[in-house]
Amino acid sequence: MAVIDLANPTRFLTLVNRVLPWLVAATCILFAVGLFGAMNAPDDYRQGATVKIMFLHVPAAWLGMFGWALMSVAALGTLVWRHPLADVAGKAAAPVGAAFTFICLITGSLWGRPTWGTYWVWDARLTSMLVLLLLYLGVLALYWTAEEPGRGARAAAILSLVGAVNLPIIKFSVDWWNTLHQPASVFRMGGSTIDSALLKPLLITAIAFTLLFVTLHLAIMRNEILRRRVRSMRLMQAQELAEAT
Amino acid sequence: MNLGPHADFIIAAYAVTVFVVAAVIAWVVVDYSAQRRILGDLEERGVTRRSQRKG
Repeated sequence: MAVIDLANPTRFLTLVNRVLPWLVAATCILFAVGLFGAMNAPDDYRQGATVKIMFLHVPAAWLGMFGWALMSVAALGTLVWRHPLADVAGKAAAPVGAAFTFICLITGSLWGRPTWGTYWVWDARLTSMLVLLLLYLGVLALYWTAEEPGRGARAAAILSLVGAVNLPIIKFSVDWWNTLHQPASVFRMGGSTIDSALLKPLLITAIAFTLLFVTLHLAIMRNEILRRRVRSMRLMQAQELAEAT
Repeated sequence: MNLGPHADFIIAAYAVTVFVVAAVIAWVVVDYSAQRRILGDLEERGVTRRSQRKG
């Protein structure tokens, strides 16, 4: 199957039905390996056992941002090429990205209380991440409340592109401002500052969460294509009834 | 495995993550079966999409 064939929703559905069981299996295996490594990883010399929250918090933060980046690329497909699958991809990424951003904020808060002595501070990293969650909720509201799906899709695409400005703010907030949140420690110039005993399970859980994101995204895209077919068939049925009377 | 004096925070973080992920998975599965059921009902009543019609 050529890549261009995937632009056809029916062929895309065939591919999704074929790959989803494999993705589910790979996700489960990687979670088993990653969480086993996370539970058996040594405590951090400063954070103690609370470092185990990092195995959830860090991948969730990455995927919260990845979801919005995906929506921004899909928004270009919606606005420039007006491709229906681009809109489906953008709409499907929103709930998954919002869920991971929510997990990031909650787990970060639960890590912050024993480590910083507070659940929340209005520093640049935490605030920009909260703004990302609010942006996700805004996009979901546009998709779910628009009476005409096409209009909702265009509005959501514009908000996705505008909201992409927040991604570099989140990433570089710890460098641009004096924040309580620590600076980058995995992907940074000069290499990671995390010991390999913690870094290895972190990367495995990050891959597992990424596979979970991809699996959920494809499954939600499949549901959305089916929902649009239902809508199209109901419109055809209503049209026929109107013509008959 | 000893989770130390902050075990409650660690367990709460994992519990929230499991709950949120399980909720999203449940929504996806329920939505999929609902869309399949509605499509099946429409097809049974002879309703087709424009692209499925001939001529």
